[in-house]
Amino acid sequence: MNERVAIVGVAQSRFAPRRPEVNYAELAYEVISRVLEETGLSLPGDIDNAVSCSHDIWDGQTISDIGITDVIGGHLRTEEKMAMDGSTAVFYGAAGILSGEYSCTLLLAHTKMSQTNRNIVNNVAFDPIYTRMLGFDYTSAAALQARRYLYKYGLKREDFARVVVKNLRNALLNPCAWNGREVTVSEVLSSPPVAPPIHRLDMAPDTDGAVAMILASEERARAITDRPVWILGMGTSYDAHYLGDRDLADVKALREAAARAYAMAGIRNPRRDVDLVEVGEEFSYQELLWIEGLGLCGRGEAARLTASGATAVGGSIPVNPSGGLLSGVPINVAGLNRVAEAVIQLRGEAGERQVKGAQVAVAQGHSGFCGQHQCVVVLGT
Amino acid sequence: MDDLNQYQPFEVDQHLTAHGNYWAGRAGSRFYRALRDRRRILGSPCRNCRKVFWPPRSICTFCFSELREMVEIGPLGTVETFTLVTYAEPVHPRPAPFIYAVIRLDGADTGMAHFLDEVEYERVHVGMRVRPVFAPQRKGNILDILYFKPL
Repeated sequence: MNERVAIVGVAQSRFAPRRPEVNYAELAYEVISRVLEETGLSLPGDIDNAVSCSHDIWDGQTISDIGITDVIGGHLRTEEKMAMDGSTAVFYGAAGILSGEYSCTLLLAHTKMSQTNRNIVNNVAFDPIYTRMLGFDYTSAAALQARRYLYKYGLKREDFARVVVKNLRNALLNPCAWNGREVTVSEVLSSPPVAPPIHRLDMAPDTDGAVAMILASEERARAITDRPVWILGMGTSYDAHYLGDRDLADVKALREAAARAYAMAGIRNPRRDVDLVEVGEEFSYQELLWIEGLGLCGRGEAARLTASGATAVGGSIPVNPSGGLLSGVPINVAGLNRVAEAVIQLRGEAGERQVKGAQVAVAQGHSGFCGQHQCVVVLGT
Repeated sequence: MDDLNQYQPFEVDQHLTAHGNYWAGRAGSRFYRALRDRRRILGSPCRNCRKVFWPPRSICTFCFSELREMVEIGPLGTVETFTLVTYAEPVHPRPAPFIYAVIRLDGADTGMAHFLDEVEYERVHVGMRVRPVFAPQRKGNILDILYFKPL
């Protein structure tokens, strides 16, 4: 059995609204070849397991990893796809190393949102017996969650808009991000309504891209790099499927996943012990809801925390210094990008968006509508 | 000879069409027969957890006990949250704009996500009391409830 798992390399593709010049395999190769080069490792010899994250309906192929098996080193070797967000690939990759079965695992997440219609893809996530026929998608479901959250805590759309202003500004300092810009709260408020209270600028834009990462046992990690980033804790949890089963303004699954990750990491007080956070905000309100679920403030307090500037780069608990998903990150890739951005921060390589002295970071990913499945990874130097 | 560094990206067009028939299960079959034939809405009570679930189900979400009983819920209910969908998609059964709401039916502990109509969006609020409008010709699907409307 291995005692600890480190992240020894990350590579992120160019994220863009459309990447028509590459197919999935070529997009995957772009990041896999870079992460191998960075770590000095080679396929097939140095990598003994591969875990990928992609989505059958987005890719237009069931068992969607078939499209990338060859470039991930899966030919006549081990490769598994998990169907959740990319953060969960970290969870399963690390579990395989902790078991002692593997020592060096290549992770990949890819999605090209430009190739189909997100609302039709996400409609298929709704159960076929009771709800799919009503035409729901992730945006209309999120709007129901956002409204309930506004109602429960007496919030305003301005509270969501401040997340957009902060994240798009942070994105200007992130060379991977394509959607960075200066916007004002009033520009967010007056952007076209999509499904109120969600307006156009409250949504993460369609994006094509991929992220690759290498995990290693402690022994292997020491030989590969002199700056490993350790996985200190991780946890996952599911909430109910049906919208009406959940208290949409609460995030019990995230609180559960965070409690497991913090317990594993020995973190008793995340407000004191965590230096920065990367969360998956497909919609602006989710950043507020997720940081409450992570226990970084009380329930209903994230809007005030954000308005105070505490979540900005340079604040007491920076959230999404990368610019988050609003900066332009594909679905499914989202959580692996969160972990990758946390690694870049902990290595001190984040350039102008660097959180000074960062030693402990939390990355969160989710899949399903309204954050049904949650994954939390705690990372440290 | 082709230039190895120059090419025009080429898209392969795909259109997937699939027709599915999904068995509604023990609870779902009873629910849809009651809705279609009697305009009654059924939920599943769990006596251990003292909860009544909609959609009806055969296993309790919380204690995993088998649920065999069914009880009538609604038809009146209360809006818990709502939105106005402004965009059109082929998967929508109605033309946009339209209102979605989560409605807690009287006697149920979980909400039903469905349409709200015969009301201006600006007048919709959390806590609004509503009742279902049933389709005159019911086919045994969730659109046998056309939508909910204010009392």
